[in-house]
Amino acid sequence: MDNAGVQIAFWVLSILTLVAAGGVMVSRNLLHAVLFLIVAFIGVAGFFVLLSAEFIAMAQIVIYVGAIAVLILFAIVLTPQSIRDNSETAMVGPAILLGVALTAVFLFVIHDTTWATDATDPGLSASDLGRALLSTWVLPFEIASVLLTAALVGAIMLVRSETEESEDVPDADA
Amino acid sequence: MLTLEHFLTVGVLLFCLGLVIALSKRNAIGVLMGIELMLNSVNLTLIAFSRFSTGPAEIAGHAFVAFVITVAAAEAAVALALAVAVYRSRQTVEVDQLDLLRS
Amino acid sequence: MPTLVTDHWYDFRDLSNLSRVILEGIDKVAPYELAYIVAPIIGFVAAFVIFVLPSQLFVGVYGERRIIGRMQARKGPNRVGPFGLLQPVADALKLLQKEALTPTAADKTLMWAAPVFFVAPAVLLFAVIPFGPRMVFADVPAGLIFFIAVSGLPVLAAFIAGWSSNNKYSLFGAMRIVAMSISYEVPLVLVLLCVVVFTNTMSLPGIVEFQVDSNLWLIFMQPLAFVVYFIAVSAELNRTPTDIAEAESEIVAGYLTEYSGMKWGLFYGMDIGYALAAAAFASTIFLGGWSMWGLEQWVPPWLLFIAKTHLFYFVFIWTRGTLPRLRIDQLMGFAWKFLLPLAVFNLFLVSLERLWWNESDLGGGIVFIIMAINIPASAIAVYLWARFLGYKPERIPTRPRLVREAGGYVPVEDPAAGGQ
Repeated sequence: MDNAGVQIAFWVLSILTLVAAGGVMVSRNLLHAVLFLIVAFIGVAGFFVLLSAEFIAMAQIVIYVGAIAVLILFAIVLTPQSIRDNSETAMVGPAILLGVALTAVFLFVIHDTTWATDATDPGLSASDLGRALLSTWVLPFEIASVLLTAALVGAIMLVRSETEESEDVPDADA
Repeated sequence: MLTLEHFLTVGVLLFCLGLVIALSKRNAIGVLMGIELMLNSVNLTLIAFSRFSTGPAEIAGHAFVAFVITVAAAEAAVALALAVAVYRSRQTVEVDQLDLLRS
Repeated sequence: MPTLVTDHWYDFRDLSNLSRVILEGIDKVAPYELAYIVAPIIGFVAAFVIFVLPSQLFVGVYGERRIIGRMQARKGPNRVGPFGLLQPVADALKLLQKEALTPTAADKTLMWAAPVFFVAPAVLLFAVIPFGPRMVFADVPAGLIFFIAVSGLPVLAAFIAGWSSNNKYSLFGAMRIVAMSISYEVPLVLVLLCVVVFTNTMSLPGIVEFQVDSNLWLIFMQPLAFVVYFIAVSAELNRTPTDIAEAESEIVAGYLTEYSGMKWGLFYGMDIGYALAAAAFASTIFLGGWSMWGLEQWVPPWLLFIAKTHLFYFVFIWTRGTLPRLRIDQLMGFAWKFLLPLAVFNLFLVSLERLWWNESDLGGGIVFIIMAINIPASAIAVYLWARFLGYKPERIPTRPRLVREAGGYVPVEDPAAGGQ
């Protein structure tokens, strides 16, 4: 962790991620906000690579950038132009106050605690993670799969409109 | 020399930015983006703890992140379906106008 | 690895010898980190000069048009230079001279940024491809996932391009490309999961080594996975039987409608780049990468790899030249109703076989038994599922339906009655 390249990468990634997250906050156009969000996701994936969690970094890009961000873009385009602004409610003042206070508390805790760290690289591979998921964490793993199925069915049921029912009837020539 | 504190600081800043976004945005999709940022910062923190620790905590950090990503995917799918469904019935996705239950 | 005979720099069977000598030379005269900075540049330049650029220009632009021309009984480019070989250069010059228009109502920053976002991942994709036994630039342990992750990024760029143009047809194209890529990503990732389950590794050199060790390519062990991969990837790449995102007959040019000049040229060139990357990936995964049952001892492995890549690319051209474009609902239905169940079936079958392999004591020869099981099983699965969905094979497949129902081609007897 004291390699010059790693340090440069850390600072570049920090600035990139935080500026992109700030961009999500300040950009008025919802679509620009999503693009900033994607940059933030990629920055966090870069942090994962820096922390030698390559598999998680790839999963982050596949799922967050490839699926979630694309879904958000899709939802934005499905709603009309007029509601595509990204402005704040009247709660913005208290929210920023809360955010700053929380940041101060967290930063105090982080820098006041003496962390019992061990900087040796564990070097976990994807197969280690897979083994752990199917032994120690097998119950949450199965529950997560049930959750995904439930979410899939729920999402389909939510956006399904009654007028499309007729399309389910198979065609005569099929 | 990079220490755990560096990564935790970035995680905290990202989390609080996400929190402010989630609390203050008018548009439901904007709120969702803030929540995704918060989840990401939690992932970053977990991976950082995993990297700077030994023993069973290493793999626990990775496993937790895997679950968080799974739940985030499910959450995003349902939330966006909700946004589209709410838009269909109310012609808006602005969270402060969805106040049917207010007396 | 038994392939390498020597480590001399002039042994061109392995170009990593040459690059290693160059890097060691730099390392001696320059500080430590400089070699690390120079190494990617050497790898990048070498990969581009040897593989990407010639393939893009002379296979992607010139060869593709010539072959399609041949398939459609016309000549193709044949005016610029001998046999029209300079056509790509002329095209590039023409595109550079043209004005890159930006509509007034467009989102100018994003419209400018979209081609850049489209190009960057294409370069990254070639980093994990093993060109030879030691010729892989980044031996990422999860290289397969890296490839999936990075090849998902250009879709976003295409979406940005379509949205920022502020044109109805561009937006249609953007929506279509997103819908298509989300749909086809699912069977694609599932069949790659079959490969990972079977080979027990996610690193691309590891997968090649598995195929070298078992003396059999994965296309023979998992034909169904190969077919599903081919269809899904050609849909993701927007190649012609499935290029509904830029279907000229429906939505002008899709997400590229408002693009012109070199901005369009970047999209066009990198479309070929992505197709080449997908072909290189498929030859690594399914066609044994640089291996060829011992031939790699004599012929440079990287040449074998390039040949396989272009063979695969030729199949892309072939489907493009022969198959008609499908409708979007047909494509979506095909992904969800046909490819996805087949991919799940393949995953189930392959997992069972891998379990059997782990338990049994048959050794490496078991892959031939698995091949003997999987090829008929795949054919039967495809046939039964198609029948279940209601597709019936044509009774007389050689005669198109129109000809059959119109009674066939009737030559005009009377010159006064026919013609105009």
